[in-house]
Amino acid sequence: MSLTNEIIKTRLVEKFGDLLTEWGEPYGMLSFTAPGDHNLKVMNALNDEFGFSFLTDLTAVHFPDRKGEELAVVYHLHNLVENVRIRFRIYAPVEKPDVYTATGVFSSANWMERETFDFYGVNFVGHPDLKRILNVDEMDYFPLRKEFPLEDQTRIDKDDDMFGR
Amino acid sequence: MARPVRFNIKQKSTTDWGINIAEAPQGFSGEGFFTTSLDKVVGLARKNSIWPLPFATSCCGIEFMATMGSHYDLARFGSERVGFSPRQCDLLMVMGTIAKKMGPVLKQVYLQMAEPRWVLAVGACASSGGIFDTYSVLQGIDQVIPVDVYVPGCPPRPEAIIDGVMKIQELVHNESLRRRNGDKYRLLLESYGIQ
Repeated sequence: MSLTNEIIKTRLVEKFGDLLTEWGEPYGMLSFTAPGDHNLKVMNALNDEFGFSFLTDLTAVHFPDRKGEELAVVYHLHNLVENVRIRFRIYAPVEKPDVYTATGVFSSANWMERETFDFYGVNFVGHPDLKRILNVDEMDYFPLRKEFPLEDQTRIDKDDDMFGR
Repeated sequence: MARPVRFNIKQKSTTDWGINIAEAPQGFSGEGFFTTSLDKVVGLARKNSIWPLPFATSCCGIEFMATMGSHYDLARFGSERVGFSPRQCDLLMVMGTIAKKMGPVLKQVYLQMAEPRWVLAVGACASSGGIFDTYSVLQGIDQVIPVDVYVPGCPPRPEAIIDGVMKIQELVHNESLRRRNGDKYRLLLESYGIQ
């Protein structure tokens, strides 16, 4: 019998109970929310018991309006045998965005957590080398947080009217 | 109807093969000798033997390839020899978007070039950041290295790049031999943190 979203959801609820919330299936992809300190437990369970052996994506989203849980860290997992994908997220406050690192479970998380730190400032506790990866080292802010404008603020020699600002 | 042949219909002179010879600089000539100022001779020689160093990162680089190709043929202007070592080249042609992380690399390439050196910024991105008004893109390479000629366009046509190279040729031709030793030039480089 193939692994369906219903089976996964039932077994996860059996295991974690009320801890997992915000269940949904947008475009057929099972999604849920886990508590901030449970990300590794959920990931280990999905890896060991459900065969989600591939971390396809790890990123963050900034929701400035969700007070106390502004930063969402999103994990995408893939079961290569059954060809099932799953997604779950955890929330962290923007004042103290500490999240346990997933590098112990998936080595591929190393690169993606550095990228997420680079752009959103999520502090992955236990990451072996958490520093900027894509932006210049001198950058002193996290550019994809909503409070920062997209445009380069350092330029001084251009007329804003001529450049569509 | 036969397609009219538009090319190669003019009878070429068999003596000069249509080759243009550069005009001799102003000077005094007599039987068996010619005198002029060193500036002019050096300028003339440099102008017609510029070695470009292409620093191509995106679509402007494709236009540059067309410029080097047989149809537009930058070799007609003495820039036949494209060098891929900065140490051998005179003209740094920056073509394409330069990300902020690429800035130090570009500066390093510039520093590795020997004097006299010129810089041509090809296209909107190299000149001003272009459409990439964003946190990760350098808003014009003149933030890290001094630029001699800017070529506008997104991307510029090969004709525009050739025009830019000809403007560089003009600068090379008319440059005083003392310019690179002067205080003004030293201050210019110091404003970029060079030397």
